[in-house]
Amino acid sequence: MSNGQYQHWQINKDADNVVWLYFDKANASTNTFDASVLDELADTLQVIAADKTAKALIIASKKTSGFIAGADIEKFSQFENEQQALAFIEKGQKTFKQLADLIIPTVAMIEGFCLGGGLELALACNYRIAEESTRTRLGLPEVKLGIQPGWGGSVRLTRLVGPIVAMDLILSGRTVDGKQAAKLGIVDAAVPKRHLERAARYYALTRPEMHKPAILAGFANVHWARYFIAKMLRNKVAQKARVDHYPAPYAVIDNWEKLGIDDEQAFTAEAHSIVNLLQHDTARNLIRVFFLQERLKALGKNTAFNAKHVHVIGAGTMGGDIAAWCALQGYRVTLQDREPKFIAPAIKRAFELYSKRLKKPRLIQEAMDRLMPDIHGTGIAKADIIIEAIYENLEAKQSLFKALEQQAKPSAILATNTSSIPLDEINVVLQNPERLVGIHFFNPVAMMPLVEVVQGEQSDAMVVKNAMAFVRAIDRYPLPVKSSPGFLVNRILMPYLMESMILLQEGIAPEVIDKAAVDFGMPMGPIELADTVGLDVCLSVADNLAKHYGGEVPQKLRQMVEQKQWGKKTKQGFYTYKNGKPVRQKAGSAVVETNQIADRLILRMLNEAMACLREKVIEDTELLDAGMIFGTGFAPFRGGPVHYAKQRGIQATVIRLEELQKQYGERFKPDEAWQKLIEE
Amino acid sequence: MEQQLNYNGREVYVVDGTRTPFLKAKGSPGSFSASDLAVSAGKELLARQPFAPNELDEVILGCMMPSPDEANIARVVALRLGCGKRVPGFTVQRNCASGMQAIDNAVQDIASGRHDLVLAGGTEAMSRAPLLFNESMVNWLSGWYAAKSFSARAKLLTRFRPNYLAPVVALLRGLSDPLYGLSMGQTAEKVAYQFGISREAMDTYALRSHQRIATALDSGYLTEIAPLYGTNGQSYTFDDGIRRDTTLEKLAGLKPFFDKKFGLVTAGNSSQVTDGAALLLLASRDAIKRYQLPVLGRIVDIEWAGVDPTVMGLGPVNASVPLMQRHQLSIDDVDFWEINEAFAAQVMGCLNAFADERYCRENFGLQAAMGQIDQERLNIDGGAIATGHPVGASGARIVLHLLHILKRKQAKRGIATICIGGGQGGAMLLESVNEVQA
Repeated sequence: MSNGQYQHWQINKDADNVVWLYFDKANASTNTFDASVLDELADTLQVIAADKTAKALIIASKKTSGFIAGADIEKFSQFENEQQALAFIEKGQKTFKQLADLIIPTVAMIEGFCLGGGLELALACNYRIAEESTRTRLGLPEVKLGIQPGWGGSVRLTRLVGPIVAMDLILSGRTVDGKQAAKLGIVDAAVPKRHLERAARYYALTRPEMHKPAILAGFANVHWARYFIAKMLRNKVAQKARVDHYPAPYAVIDNWEKLGIDDEQAFTAEAHSIVNLLQHDTARNLIRVFFLQERLKALGKNTAFNAKHVHVIGAGTMGGDIAAWCALQGYRVTLQDREPKFIAPAIKRAFELYSKRLKKPRLIQEAMDRLMPDIHGTGIAKADIIIEAIYENLEAKQSLFKALEQQAKPSAILATNTSSIPLDEINVVLQNPERLVGIHFFNPVAMMPLVEVVQGEQSDAMVVKNAMAFVRAIDRYPLPVKSSPGFLVNRILMPYLMESMILLQEGIAPEVIDKAAVDFGMPMGPIELADTVGLDVCLSVADNLAKHYGGEVPQKLRQMVEQKQWGKKTKQGFYTYKNGKPVRQKAGSAVVETNQIADRLILRMLNEAMACLREKVIEDTELLDAGMIFGTGFAPFRGGPVHYAKQRGIQATVIRLEELQKQYGERFKPDEAWQKLIEE
Repeated sequence: MEQQLNYNGREVYVVDGTRTPFLKAKGSPGSFSASDLAVSAGKELLARQPFAPNELDEVILGCMMPSPDEANIARVVALRLGCGKRVPGFTVQRNCASGMQAIDNAVQDIASGRHDLVLAGGTEAMSRAPLLFNESMVNWLSGWYAAKSFSARAKLLTRFRPNYLAPVVALLRGLSDPLYGLSMGQTAEKVAYQFGISREAMDTYALRSHQRIATALDSGYLTEIAPLYGTNGQSYTFDDGIRRDTTLEKLAGLKPFFDKKFGLVTAGNSSQVTDGAALLLLASRDAIKRYQLPVLGRIVDIEWAGVDPTVMGLGPVNASVPLMQRHQLSIDDVDFWEINEAFAAQVMGCLNAFADERYCRENFGLQAAMGQIDQERLNIDGGAIATGHPVGASGARIVLHLLHILKRKQAKRGIATICIGGGQGGAMLLESVNEVQA
């Protein structure tokens, strides 16, 4: 059996005549599919099919990073036309069909991630054996990129486990670990690593019965059952994503309802569906977002900074949750506050977080053991990074950092979570002001992936880079921003929130305002968002930003705060809250111009974004888009605020702003930075 | 001056120590397991040190009732504290003195040159002592698991009796002498009888214990306590058994607890069933130099003695006297004492025994009594009657606190001693040290 001529694949045959086919993509740390990989795979399968002595085939990965991550996304973004896209998809389908058609039993031996095309390859095998730990993850996440499984996944998975399970995985794009996959029937067995090879060989040689869906589940594939199930599935998807924003999941449902899984047509439908979806803006934008995410992930690489001990000062909502998160990520954390009773609630919240995420008591205990309440500040002298999260008062922070500088290790990073106090006002008391950076988390820490890494005038570039490396190490996305009031996210969000309150003052119902924003694609309307953040917090931030950037804070907001109606936490804000949910009135009969409302809200955001670019708060438009998407959930399918403006047309956007300026006031005056974009 | 010691080798120092607040058992299992308690104290203690947890040479803990998931609890705690896989650990039992026994083992390991830096102490979660199936139930269950047929099982079901479900309360069994059929409280009654100790005297003593520890707490003398944090958002900063509001009248109103009708020993003048942990860091001179460690004091010598189990409360006398003799110390040469307050009757029994000519003659061959211990030098910050007596931890608690007392009072010498269920006593001679010479 020849070996040497393949770049990405390696064939071995063992003493029992079992063929082992290893995927080891050249010049890559991760196995992904591109045209050359598929071509080689087709060749190897041909060779194996021709080998009369081969008893069985086991496919595995030689990469320590995992099994197969799917198709190479970069290739997807580089198709110049529909034909290229279709050709690539069909190549994959054909190759996997070759695999499925092999007479000898085939086994996929899976360890680590097995996603998208990787799972589709495994589904083309007779058996799948997975390593059982949480490190092993299986799924078909294509809908998250605005496309869908195209290499037989939507057909073969549905045949294997029935449509209820298959559709749940495909439509949500979620992943399951080895054990869960075995429970669902996606893999035949989940075993500890020490038995993986033996189990694979067992299935290859003894050929037990292949997995079939339960009778009821298989029944659901029948023609008329599909009609009802498809309806239910569409309703479920509609709760999370609208068809005009996210067409991919609906395309999957449509195809399945129409063709089921028996016909070869189902495969053809898959392929064409992807090509169609790729023409849609959503797919292109979501792929763009994927690359933005990769860019954020790459920040802070190549530093020698290797933190082990994190010290957090201030055990309030932010400090406590930051400490809990860091301990969850494996760090030793000391959490300081003045008295035990201030730290105790943070310990409770940490326990709740770990219970939800880790589930197993032993793992929860491990995480709790890493988190140490520290009323004496014992951790300061040993910490590699110190994060201050006390109340927003300049003098308090100054005296704290002055003391910290004396006690901390010389190499320790001194960081502040402040959202409103300029770094360069805090660091005046330090002997080495260049040590101070901002690491600004968003609430709630466990759910918001973005963290602004703030650079002051004096901040040392290496310190900033190390801070970004730390943010990556705790599994968050760092966004480098310049120290200025509001940094990036809050500053851009504020006009959006303020405009919504102006609309409210004009007499428009809050439900209508919020709906306009959600229809645009925001995850939550601005009124509800303000209520959730807390109107008192909004007011103080708004006042602070208005002080620096001008603009008016709506009277209504001040009134609400004075009347102690602070939003969700006081059960009364712009909405009334029951069981933590806003009570919404039914829409009135008044005709409202949703587009006008949406434009007012969104364009104020865009205008502020331009100001941020002009002032170099953020380095470039890509980072700005990434920041807004991951920091506020700005309609990802639109690719980010600046990208949206470009798609709409910069010129057109400016004209619209000028219209609004005439109608509503100076706050809509187009920022100078728009001109620059036009010139580009 | 060369003195003969009860062990061979180098001098052993106490660097530092921490204990948890002691929490009274309240009838249902407490919020913290024995290992949780030891980990909480240990985390704080190790965080203060300039070396990393994995630089310890070993961990030794005393514990009488670990849970089934805490087999060799010292090793479990060492791993949870981040000592790493290479630091060995073992667990010891000497009933109420298990914590002191752990320190003894640490001393021997350091003195002999085997180790330089040892974490030793004790922990107990008495509120979590298990309820066990009684013997009839266990036998029935073994039959059930072995039964292979439906008829065999059916037969077994007919044999089942409701009283099979009556559990064995492990705690009660542990607090009773297994050979002589007396509970610990009843041995205190015997001691009271032997020395004619009145109910009033016991209650007065108990009241003083609560008052003394309340004062010590308010004066900030209990710095060795590190707060406990529960997963339910509760924090604990002091021993919750302390009753600031108790009075002689209230104590007098309590009914006898162990000898129900005519006894003198009540819940009020006894130590309480409690959860807690106390840990100490012990080091050789070499370790102190290497890591530039501060020093609290030195463990000079140790003595264990056996006594009649039915009057186990007198154990401290039989351990302390030989210790003092070996070092040619009189009662007055000892600046401060800690005698663990298992029961007021028992402490007072010891005081009487030290001062009793016949007792000293019969037990130690002395011509005269050892003498009267000045009660202003005994348990000056209160004791187990107020703090509680987590069995595994108390032996370590009194050693640690006595060293703090010696330092605070700028005194030189102290004896920490404890009575032991089953008829023993343990005593440690401690010396305050400020600095270790080269």
